[in-house]
Amino acid sequence: MSILNRKKKDEQNAAPADEAKENAPSVEEKASAVNEEVKQAPKKETKGRGRLDPLIKSIQPRVREFRVSMKLLSKSFLAMLGLIIVITMVIIALLAPLLAPPPPEWRDTSIVPKYFNQGISPPGSTYFDPVHNRTVDFILGSGEDGSDIYYGVIWGAQTSIRLALVVVLSAVVMGIIVGAVAGYYGGKIDELMMRVTDVFLSIPGLVLAMAVIAVLKPTIDNIMISLVIVWWPSYARLIRGQVMTIKENTYVEAARAIGAKKNRILFRHIIPNAISPMLVSATMDIGSIVLTTAGLSYIGFGPPGVAEWGRMANEGAGYIVGFISYQGVSYNPYWIIFFPGMMIFLFVMGFNLLGDGLRDILDPRLRR
Amino acid sequence: MSDEEFLIEARSMKKYFPLRGGLLKKEFGAVRAVDDISFFIRQGETLGLVGESGCGKTTTGRCMLMLSPLTEGDIYYKMPGDVRKRMVELEEKEASLPQPKKRKKSKKVPKPEDPDMLELWEIRQKYALNRKDPETLRRLRREMQIVFQDPFSSLNPRMLVKDIIGEPLKVHGVLEGDQITERVKLLMERVGLNPDHLYRYPHEFSGGQRQRIGVARALSLNPNFIVLDEPTSALDVSVQAQILNMLNDLQNELGLTYLFISHDLSTIRHMCDRVNVMYLGKIVESGTKEHVFENPLHPYTTALISVIPVPDPELKRERVVLAGDVPSPANPPSGCRFHTRCRFRQEICEIEDPPLEDKGNGHLVACHFR
Repeated sequence: MSILNRKKKDEQNAAPADEAKENAPSVEEKASAVNEEVKQAPKKETKGRGRLDPLIKSIQPRVREFRVSMKLLSKSFLAMLGLIIVITMVIIALLAPLLAPPPPEWRDTSIVPKYFNQGISPPGSTYFDPVHNRTVDFILGSGEDGSDIYYGVIWGAQTSIRLALVVVLSAVVMGIIVGAVAGYYGGKIDELMMRVTDVFLSIPGLVLAMAVIAVLKPTIDNIMISLVIVWWPSYARLIRGQVMTIKENTYVEAARAIGAKKNRILFRHIIPNAISPMLVSATMDIGSIVLTTAGLSYIGFGPPGVAEWGRMANEGAGYIVGFISYQGVSYNPYWIIFFPGMMIFLFVMGFNLLGDGLRDILDPRLRR
Repeated sequence: MSDEEFLIEARSMKKYFPLRGGLLKKEFGAVRAVDDISFFIRQGETLGLVGESGCGKTTTGRCMLMLSPLTEGDIYYKMPGDVRKRMVELEEKEASLPQPKKRKKSKKVPKPEDPDMLELWEIRQKYALNRKDPETLRRLRREMQIVFQDPFSSLNPRMLVKDIIGEPLKVHGVLEGDQITERVKLLMERVGLNPDHLYRYPHEFSGGQRQRIGVARALSLNPNFIVLDEPTSALDVSVQAQILNMLNDLQNELGLTYLFISHDLSTIRHMCDRVNVMYLGKIVESGTKEHVFENPLHPYTTALISVIPVPDPELKRERVVLAGDVPSPANPPSGCRFHTRCRFRQEICEIEDPPLEDKGNGHLVACHFR
């Protein structure tokens, strides 16, 4: 009961209103008094490292959070497996010119080199190119028209990652803009934006993508455009839901109470808290986007000749039960479909496992 | 008396939350969270607002800061005494005039033609918070702040403490860069936090420390008026005492004015100069702390006070335990809202709503029999 025994501001109770007013300086006076106080505070050395100090200090807690995340992630075997696959894929994509150097005269590295005279050949076969006077090794065999499977598999990683990142980032940005505006402002804007989103969501994704590609030309860039069109509505939905939950939080009201403007509340308070579930969804979608691209190319909507796994697998589709003859020996050319297919499988699985792991560590209930 | 100047004053404040349903979202009723209440707070004093859960205390606090729009009524801020006197006169005159027809849809009320009514309209436009345009109101927020009940949800989990406390300064452009950091350090020291913890996230603090962060944020702009919305109800008792004492010290030091909202009568008694008792969106009793605690007149207040624990096992008191639940504010009882649970209920209580009347020395009670 010590609270009650404590002596209370007697003089305040006794003082009439105007005296109390004198004791309380006006807000402006107080504010300027504080400014003075701050200005008079000893100036810190702003030379050399001292200047960077606040920057370093404000980065430190973020690094600390990142370390906690990594520590949590490392506890899950599958998530780590996913992370390793993802990192390997990224390394393959970055080191593609070293791992599978294109022929010196090759201008567009995204096109798989072909040696028409070679035809389909099993892994490990070689070919002497009389035009450029050099020997070509087909480490993973060759496909139709003597296309280099190994080259395609390696450079396909670059195609896929570039495509998936561009599509996910564009779709996420569009989704955030539409979803955040709809969820935050609500009312008629919300209604309008969500109905537009519904229209996009009502058409099956693959069909919509095919339609877009059919109108444009089947190039990698157009595949990206078609996939962004297919993907943004689901992000818009997700973000809208998040924003609507988060805007009811007390800290958003607190931001209003201190007089923050709407944009500031949206960008500083709502969106940073709304994007973590999207991070999970985006990671998982990198896999699905590659899968859809592969599917599109497989059914013939892919750009011809490009190092893209789906298109390459498509080449081998006709030979699944067939046989070819190479240097007098009969082979089932499994390698045409197996190696690109394997890459698709690993790539999608890697991102899905990582996404699952991220979902677990980003869940605040599990975090602490 | 009527010439007195108040810091902030609510007049006939109403806040209804419409209940909508059906296909066309037609309004079929309203939750009367705050139903026609008036009160004032003098500069430098603490007004307590006490009542059960769901009686509209928090809504009142939020409305005072214009965090949710009023349904009816006005909140006047820093109105000079003579202007207030004039306004009361004009309001009396307005009440005697025939009521204008209520228009639906059109929100803009045309300027009145009668010179007196025009004057009243102008006074209201000038001093009423709810009639200010958003930008003016945003600037006025420097002078009025709020400390929330739940310290766990009132701090943005993705912001550093420095950014949370410094945000008001940044938003209003009071200080810049290093000055903000210095000011945040001062504030953290003032509320009893270690200034070295500037670069930490809220989840790294305990409940009591988080509430201190909330207080520091409210203080950062040197406000005049702070709404304390059950600032201690989410904390354990030892921490409650620390926070309450800190709030008292801050008030004495900075000349702050508090609206202290709580359901806990002990903390109200400790903190407040005057007390308003709320029941189902209405004020049922209002007076100085001494009036309300030592001579409670309304049966509801009597019941509340009789159940405060007293640290004396020998003392025998009459305890009034209220039976039943609080009725729904969407469908409040007719007449006096307390009649369903009142011991002294009589016929008139079910028919007529008792007005809040002065029973001497500014002790206001809304009951037919006191």
